[in-house]
Amino acid sequence: MVVVDMNRAILRRVVNTKQALTFSKRTFCNIAANVGSSSDNSNNEATENCNTNHDNEHDVAIVGGGMVGIALASALSSLALTKHLSVAIIDSNPTLGLKKTIEKDAPPDPRVSTVTPATISFFKDVGAWQYVQQHRHAYFDKMQVWDYTGLGYTRYNARDIGKEILGCVVENKVLHYSLLSSLQDKANFRKKIYPARLTSMLLQSEKLYPKGSPEDKRLSRLAKLELSSGDNIYAKLVVGADGSKSRVREVAGFKTSGWNYSQHAIICTVEHCSENQCAWQRFLPSGPIALLPIGDHFSNIVWTMNPTEASAHKSMSEDDFVKAVNYALVYGYGPHPTSSFLGQYGDGLSWITGGAPPSVNESFQVPPKAVKVVSERMAFPLSLMHANDYVSQRVALIGDAAHTVHPLAGQGVNLGFGDAIALANAIAEGISVGSDIGELPLLKTYERERKVANIAMMAILDGFQKAFSIDLGPINLLRAAAFHGAQYIGPLKRNIISYATGGKMWPLFS
Amino acid sequence: MAWRWSQLVRTLQLGQSRFSNIHSRRLNLPLKFSIRVGATSSFQSRIYSSASSASSADSSPILPENSTTTKVVESTKAETILSSLNDSELAKFAAIAETWWDLEGPFKPLHLMNPTRLSFIRSTLCRCFRKDPYGPRPFEGLKILDVGCGGGILSEPLARMGATVTGIDAVDKNIKIASLHASLDPLTSSIEYCCTTAEQMVEEQRKFDAVIALEVIEHVANPAEFCKSLSALTIPSGATVISTINRSMRAYASAIVMAEYVLQWLPKGTHHWSSLLTPEELVLILQRASISVQEMAGFVYNPLTGKWSLSDDISVNFILFGTKNSQ
Repeated sequence: MVVVDMNRAILRRVVNTKQALTFSKRTFCNIAANVGSSSDNSNNEATENCNTNHDNEHDVAIVGGGMVGIALASALSSLALTKHLSVAIIDSNPTLGLKKTIEKDAPPDPRVSTVTPATISFFKDVGAWQYVQQHRHAYFDKMQVWDYTGLGYTRYNARDIGKEILGCVVENKVLHYSLLSSLQDKANFRKKIYPARLTSMLLQSEKLYPKGSPEDKRLSRLAKLELSSGDNIYAKLVVGADGSKSRVREVAGFKTSGWNYSQHAIICTVEHCSENQCAWQRFLPSGPIALLPIGDHFSNIVWTMNPTEASAHKSMSEDDFVKAVNYALVYGYGPHPTSSFLGQYGDGLSWITGGAPPSVNESFQVPPKAVKVVSERMAFPLSLMHANDYVSQRVALIGDAAHTVHPLAGQGVNLGFGDAIALANAIAEGISVGSDIGELPLLKTYERERKVANIAMMAILDGFQKAFSIDLGPINLLRAAAFHGAQYIGPLKRNIISYATGGKMWPLFS
Repeated sequence: MAWRWSQLVRTLQLGQSRFSNIHSRRLNLPLKFSIRVGATSSFQSRIYSSASSASSADSSPILPENSTTTKVVESTKAETILSSLNDSELAKFAAIAETWWDLEGPFKPLHLMNPTRLSFIRSTLCRCFRKDPYGPRPFEGLKILDVGCGGGILSEPLARMGATVTGIDAVDKNIKIASLHASLDPLTSSIEYCCTTAEQMVEEQRKFDAVIALEVIEHVANPAEFCKSLSALTIPSGATVISTINRSMRAYASAIVMAEYVLQWLPKGTHHWSSLLTPEELVLILQRASISVQEMAGFVYNPLTGKWSLSDDISVNFILFGTKNSQ
């Protein structure tokens, strides 16, 4: 007995030393999540074996070739574990497959996005950022938010969180073109573009063991997509990236919840006398107006207002519209907020400001005046929508198909890119452990990750919308207090910036 | 004694209801062994038994020598399983197969654990055989034996990762289910499934680069002999991967009381505390079978995320990787 015990003691030591040799948990997970360097296009000859010879069979079918759909294809083509997959892109836009160029001298399109540093690093990973840089784009490192009462303001500076930039404003067509170009660069990636619409979708039959030939059996396990062109294609995974009116969401029977804001957004491009290098946002009684730099002397305007005002602002003459913009941003409504609310007390209150970030002492600035409208004015209704589920067996939704948000902080497309990255990583992780990529547990990991992130952002944006649509004395004061808090309390400020730029998952808790 | 009998009857009934298992008829078996039969048939279904041993009154663990004799017939049958199925049989197995492959069914814990087990296998085998861990098919060119494959929950991912997989299970129905399910995906249809035992494979002098027996050894009558068989099936410097449940108080509390009685993840009687092995014992047993344990990891379950992950805590579930000594 004693001998046995001794043996066990020795063994325990052996086992303990063995444990020291084991990989850490992190290592196991990261094998899958590693985004391969974009330049690495060497084709693994071994991967060719798992290829099916059937033209209409694909691993992934992406319905919708917009920014988010192409981003997913691009992410899949860049990950070491997924670049062997065969991908179908279904989009009725006939120019998708063509190498088109963007006219660089034309005034910018009003449809722009504010991409966060997190999105930029994704674009760099897939090799798309070089194309963005060849076109018009505007980095901004400062942002000023204030409201019409003149009680408070907040200025954010990228230096607060030790970064160079807060974000970059890029035209949607440039983002789309860049992702498409990066995808076309990967010559070995097996992709096929179907210029058609999805008409119907047949998911795996209820019967687990179908009769018939081996061919029928195999196909019965896959999702079948019927296209408007008459083609039928089969895929292990169908991704709905087809926007807020997603056909995939509809035919897969996902329920949504949400509401319409009785608000419309007007977007257009304006020209200044000098270059604008800051993002501006002012909360007006009717809704927020944002002025985003888009390069050269141009800025983009996103102006939220009620539908009647919106149609009035859409149809008024250009001169009147420019006046209205300048009234809303520069001289209208209340006075400009006074700077240095805490200025004279700053030192005494350092315990609350917690190591003040550089922007605390920046004073309020007046945004540049618009001199001309250079694009058409577009108006569209605002709504909030969230799909109750993002995934089911062989189906996943990404981007606007899963959630649409208030365009308040330009976060919509960043959430969509976040979805594409998370889904690509989940697929890579699944492949690393030999899963079937349409399997529900694999897709659920994607849903779990993105649902919390998306809902958190949606709740915040919705809360903002509601908080600023009330014009009531005490509420105005509260709002002013919130502005001051966001302006002067260092840790809070850093947290807000970091969250809004995609650096963190949770808004307040680090 | 009475308690063990009631336990026995219950486990056998469970086995019967779940798979209407042929083995559950053997109520006259020696106590300890027949409990195992019931337990295994209701869960992972590996039975190292035979009709001849069943009739013996000897209560000592059944040795593999006994088991091999009667399994020969079944293993030859395995080759023709798919072709011999007619439509009515197909429908019958479909009903059972749905429990193996039903993600919310009785094998849910195995499905949940599977990615974690596979990530351990992936990283250890990639290092052992110097394969690229970043490629989608790292096991290309490796012959792997999955001992106790059940419905093929482990075999299929291994095949998708590029391995040439042989799955064996002593229960004929499991093999049929596994073959059927694997035939639906071209990536897994190459898996060779055989209704046989590890001992029988040794007799046939089969050799594999890696031999994997997950959640099997706790259901085996004689672990030492079983490990010798695994070793004999492995090429020199080849790999062996084993996972099981520790014989610790925490394992008793979580794997038996919690998993079987409270959460009812597993059929009651799936595991018997006395037949579990500690990591120390298993390392020693493997050493005697000329397998040196290189790495060991524990599994921990996070009830919030519903996910398993690898950790240093081997007090409940653990998995180990060893290499066969080359001399």
